[in-house]
Amino acid sequence: MKFSRKSLGIPYLVFLVLFVVLPLIVLFWYAFTDGTGHFTVTNFTGFFTDPNALGTLLYSFAIAAVTTAVCLLLAYPTAYFLATSRLKSKSVIVMIFVMPMWINFSLRITALKEVLTVIEGNLAMHPFLNSVIGMTYDFLPFMILPIYTTISRLDGALTEAAMDLGADPRTTFLTVTLPLSVPGIISGVSMVFLPAMTNYVVLDMLYNSTYIMGSLIGSYFAAYNWNGGSMIALILLAIICLFTLLTGDDGEEDAQRGGALL
Amino acid sequence: MKTMENENIIELKHVTKVFADDGYKAVSDFNLEVKRGEFVTFLGPSGCGKTTTLRMIAGFDIPSSGEILLNGSPITDLPPYKRPINTVFQRYALFPHMNIHDNIAYGLRQKKTPKDVIDRKVRHVLDLVDLAGFENRRVSTLSGGQQQRIAIARALVNEPEILLLDEPLGALDLKMRQEMQIELKDMHDKLGITFIYVTHDQEEALTMSDKIVVMSEGKVQQIGTPEDIYNEPKNAFVADFIGESNIFNGIMTGKMKARFGGGEFTCVDDVAEGTHITAVVRPEDITLTDPEHGMVRGEVTSVIFKGIHYEITVQSGKNEYVVQSIKNAKVGSTVGMVIEPDGIHIMLAEDHTNIFFADFNEKFRLAYNGKEIPTSVTRIIPGSRRLEDGTLVDAAGETVNPERIRVKIAIRPEDIEMSDDADAGLVEGNIANLIYTGDHYSYVIHTDLEQDFVVNDEYLWNMGDRVSLIMPVDKMTFTYSRK
Repeated sequence: MKFSRKSLGIPYLVFLVLFVVLPLIVLFWYAFTDGTGHFTVTNFTGFFTDPNALGTLLYSFAIAAVTTAVCLLLAYPTAYFLATSRLKSKSVIVMIFVMPMWINFSLRITALKEVLTVIEGNLAMHPFLNSVIGMTYDFLPFMILPIYTTISRLDGALTEAAMDLGADPRTTFLTVTLPLSVPGIISGVSMVFLPAMTNYVVLDMLYNSTYIMGSLIGSYFAAYNWNGGSMIALILLAIICLFTLLTGDDGEEDAQRGGALL
Repeated sequence: MKTMENENIIELKHVTKVFADDGYKAVSDFNLEVKRGEFVTFLGPSGCGKTTTLRMIAGFDIPSSGEILLNGSPITDLPPYKRPINTVFQRYALFPHMNIHDNIAYGLRQKKTPKDVIDRKVRHVLDLVDLAGFENRRVSTLSGGQQQRIAIARALVNEPEILLLDEPLGALDLKMRQEMQIELKDMHDKLGITFIYVTHDQEEALTMSDKIVVMSEGKVQQIGTPEDIYNEPKNAFVADFIGESNIFNGIMTGKMKARFGGGEFTCVDDVAEGTHITAVVRPEDITLTDPEHGMVRGEVTSVIFKGIHYEITVQSGKNEYVVQSIKNAKVGSTVGMVIEPDGIHIMLAEDHTNIFFADFNEKFRLAYNGKEIPTSVTRIIPGSRRLEDGTLVDAAGETVNPERIRVKIAIRPEDIEMSDDADAGLVEGNIANLIYTGDHYSYVIHTDLEQDFVVNDEYLWNMGDRVSLIMPVDKMTFTYSRK
């Protein structure tokens, strides 16, 4: 029994080794060697001394941060309204929000490009704004869904308890609903922020020629500088790891506090 | 506000609640006066409207009509956070993201109480619920019983005028529940706060309350002290719900004489002869004797030892008696039963709906008087289904033994038809009484199975006529219980 259940994991183990572990080893290898195969840290120091690379990092951060903030501002009230309303066709409305995800990504952005062109005329005039709009359009469902799920699962008795103890609706929201929906916010943020740092396709399609981390790595590989490209990929990986660890820690603690609730 | 000792702290006047989304009438015409310091319990089966009523007092639900007065002034539409009333929730509803101190302090912080006062009050109330030193614990580290105490402390610390408790002990095990019952009662006596308590547990209600409100299907059935409710139930529902009872349909046969349950008894209630009645006899008011000296006779069908007494079931004809006795009896033996006049509670049958009981036969068919009633098990037990191997399971998937199911059938007098063809109906009997009520005759038929049925018919039959009662299955309502 025990054996057969364990063996169910074998296909994924093979996949994991072939497509995750091995590529990671290769990535590490390239990141810490030079073109001739000798060990070096110049790729690493090179990134942090190259003002262009650092600028790209900063720009990626800015785009991701603004996109995340806009998504959060749009998603939270929507999710809150959906989760707390007594609408009968709730699931249909949630589906409508998720529906854009069913349409092919590049088609979606192309359509958005046409709309923006009609509104703005020349897209190149507002590259940052357009990129944020594009990414928000792309990632919004990923922010709405986890927040919606968290709020819907909140025990209604908790908000009633707060009101019963003398808190008006505003205080009830700020002291009970909002803190208890933090796990949903965190999972939404990590599902938007991280992809937003690297998704250069949106920028490309909306004529934003500024590099973000994704396009920077691409450019290194296009120029056959596999070592430099690998190092930047590795640095990005480290940043993502750090981010996940920080927020993941918080999420876990909150789950613990929430007990059986979350 | 100045209040007198004996003034009503809260009054509900003709309160009705109809839910807007499905039109469900949860509470209808609820009237209640609660005195300051009373311990009032709303008692009833689930879905009887007791929790909805509590929620209207708390302010979570707004009555569709009627008025709620607190100290004489209306609070019907006041939001919960403006009422000096606090609630202990069924599943505690402690804030999982706050520690115990912050949970208890929540209400005081809303009132902008100074920090040192909060700390002192929290410590004091933790003392009161026997959990001193728990300030910094997390909610998830506490047991169910401890969480319940914190929930009580969180409500009490605000010194509410009324404390509402919504089945607060429902999630605890029996021993813990009994301990908490005593503690809650002590707290009530010590603090002098008015308690309004909701439960479906009649024993809990009888133990703790000063006043019990028995509810069913959104209506108040009876309001009274535990003794009143137990000894003088106002109708069959209350009698059935509070404690074990034997309930029979019957008829008055003379001055303080009633016939029910297969016998004729002297009672203390003076009700006009011929009146259709419901008689309630508590199991402890029946004495077993030898068959010759009994008012009714029957065969012992089961004996269960209950610790301080035996619970003995006696089958007398079609009537079943449950008797509590400190003496044992043998299953299968014939016994006599004696019921003293003051052990019989006569109530006017408020509606004349006929109630009778039927069992499943070996073919899983419902049978009465040896005749099958054309309905199915799955119709009587909603959600039940037959598995491939023939066993019956209910909606929860638990096995149901049809032999252990007792089906209560209710049918209205106007839905029964009388026939002089002996085989046409379910049961035969003689007309024992008839009254003309303006547009129809109301008959009482005493059946061969020693039961009285009330039948309305527009045609005139004669006293003593032998008739067969035709009861269409689509007019019957079924409820079932496990034996």
